[in-house]
Amino acid sequence: MTTTTTVTAPPSTPTKRRRPRPLKGDARAAWLFAAPGLILVLLFVILPFLGAFGLSLTNSRLVTPLSTQFVGIDNYVDVLTDGTFWGALRNNFVFGLIVVPVQTGVALVLAVLVNQRIRGRVVYRTLYFLPQVMVMAAAATVWKLLFSSDGMVNTVMNVVTFGLWSGDNWLQSTSLALPAVIIVSIWQGVGFQMVILLAALQDVPNEQYEAASIDGASTWQQFINVTVPGIRNQLIFVATITMILSFRLYDQVVIMPQPAGGPQNATRTVMLEMVQTGFDRQLIGKASAIAVVFFLIVLSLTLIQRRLLKEEAR
Amino acid sequence: MSNNTATRGRVGTPRRVKVLNYTVMTLLAIFFVFPVAFAFAGSFKDDAFVFADAGTLQGLVPTPFVGFDNYVAANERISLVLAFRNSTVIALGIVLIGAVTNSMLGYAMARLQWRGRMLIVTGIVSLAIIPFEALAIPLLYAFAEVGWLNTFRVQILPFIANPFFIYLFYTFFLNIPKEMEEAARVDGAGPIRTFVRVVAPLAKPAYASVAILTFLFSWGQLLWPTMVTRGESVRPLPLALQAFQTSPPLQWGAIMAFVVLMTLPLLAVFLIFQRQFVEGVASSGVKG
Repeated sequence: MTTTTTVTAPPSTPTKRRRPRPLKGDARAAWLFAAPGLILVLLFVILPFLGAFGLSLTNSRLVTPLSTQFVGIDNYVDVLTDGTFWGALRNNFVFGLIVVPVQTGVALVLAVLVNQRIRGRVVYRTLYFLPQVMVMAAAATVWKLLFSSDGMVNTVMNVVTFGLWSGDNWLQSTSLALPAVIIVSIWQGVGFQMVILLAALQDVPNEQYEAASIDGASTWQQFINVTVPGIRNQLIFVATITMILSFRLYDQVVIMPQPAGGPQNATRTVMLEMVQTGFDRQLIGKASAIAVVFFLIVLSLTLIQRRLLKEEAR
Repeated sequence: MSNNTATRGRVGTPRRVKVLNYTVMTLLAIFFVFPVAFAFAGSFKDDAFVFADAGTLQGLVPTPFVGFDNYVAANERISLVLAFRNSTVIALGIVLIGAVTNSMLGYAMARLQWRGRMLIVTGIVSLAIIPFEALAIPLLYAFAEVGWLNTFRVQILPFIANPFFIYLFYTFFLNIPKEMEEAARVDGAGPIRTFVRVVAPLAKPAYASVAILTFLFSWGQLLWPTMVTRGESVRPLPLALQAFQTSPPLQWGAIMAFVVLMTLPLLAVFLIFQRQFVEGVASSGVKG
């Protein structure tokens, strides 16, 4: 740790005159407080961030005797003309476009259910939140078994379709592998959204419901006209955060299918592509270009989120 | 949770609606709990039956019961204990050093007068949107250049300072009343003493949230260790779990033992600090 040696008495300027104004004369102490954090942010956030842009313009490799050369935008051309990359990006989009509405919708249902004044709601809330204690690698491992040919998922599907569904190994099917990844992600992530929406529900003023109720609004009309507008901001927040998270999708697609991202690239994602390019194939330059593209996607989603939230604030 | 939407649960709700309501809620609860319960049961039953029972309710029953054999088997094959130790060292390192570093910077940003303060605040807020994954490749390159791969420090250092947590501390410190600090200053305490004796104790909830969140995040990390560790010596649990299930023979009982051991610490934290855990998770979009 960097700080221990410098913790001596601070400059003894104040106390004599008046009250210590909002802690003036603290500059030295301030830098001392800030220095460890700032140095680490510089080394491990700012420099690598700039490094990603820099490296993406070179042909750097991980371990090589060859000298690194400037190659301009070659890596970007390489990435953007690579069918595998577009396939991966497409998977991320499909994943996000399904997970965002479904997960947000389920979370809203859960939040409304446990917000009822009924016996046992705390127990239910705890149970719905339980998957949060299983890290994704562990959750994906367990679900891998449940998605096998004779696993629970097929058993349930068989029962609810009255036997129409015949067992299939989800993770070996090009059409079912991504849905399997989606189900696990929702299972693991929905509790987080539920908690945020539940807090929002409890902030909607009761008077609004009373007013609506006097006007003769049904429960459903109250939900649409009072509840949903009342929690609009939190809905936008969880939806956009989930969209951003869907571009970081990695653990599930590495653990569940064999091989990672399979079968036949059906679950390949941008993050997997980046790791395999940079680490397995050691093409640091090209992998950095993927990182930059990934960052630009996340940045645009963040800007959209801020825009939407700001509109409401007016 | 006093007064809100919840008019539907009032007395006089038709019995039919009540039954339907509880049925839906219970089915949902089964969906969320089943995989967790399945893993716990599986970790105590015979290997072959874990797989065979994966499609029936028998999957929740730990028979044929084999005691802790699966745990022993897992540890013999892949040194579960070593991976557990590695994960603990890494997580504790990040949590403890991170809490100190981030809160001190957050405090300097919120309360101390210094030139450049506003610039730093704006900078930290902007940096908070950069996901770690965007930094992983250049960091891998840099750490490979200095020869730090396959160490603990390569798994701890990049995660100590976290703009998002710095920002959380910053907003928390902005919102606590100034009077106590000023009283301490009048009594002649310097900024450091004031921080340690007065401010930090007031900020316990912020420390709790950040610590739990950091723990949750570092305990589950897979992408970074995949790139920077080789072999078992400093490999954390998620990567060891992945290696374990991709090398034959598949021993599902032992794999479930692995999963359970990995889940227990978080479950314990969740049960003990339930409120802080939920608040911590709710305060962020960091998990993933």
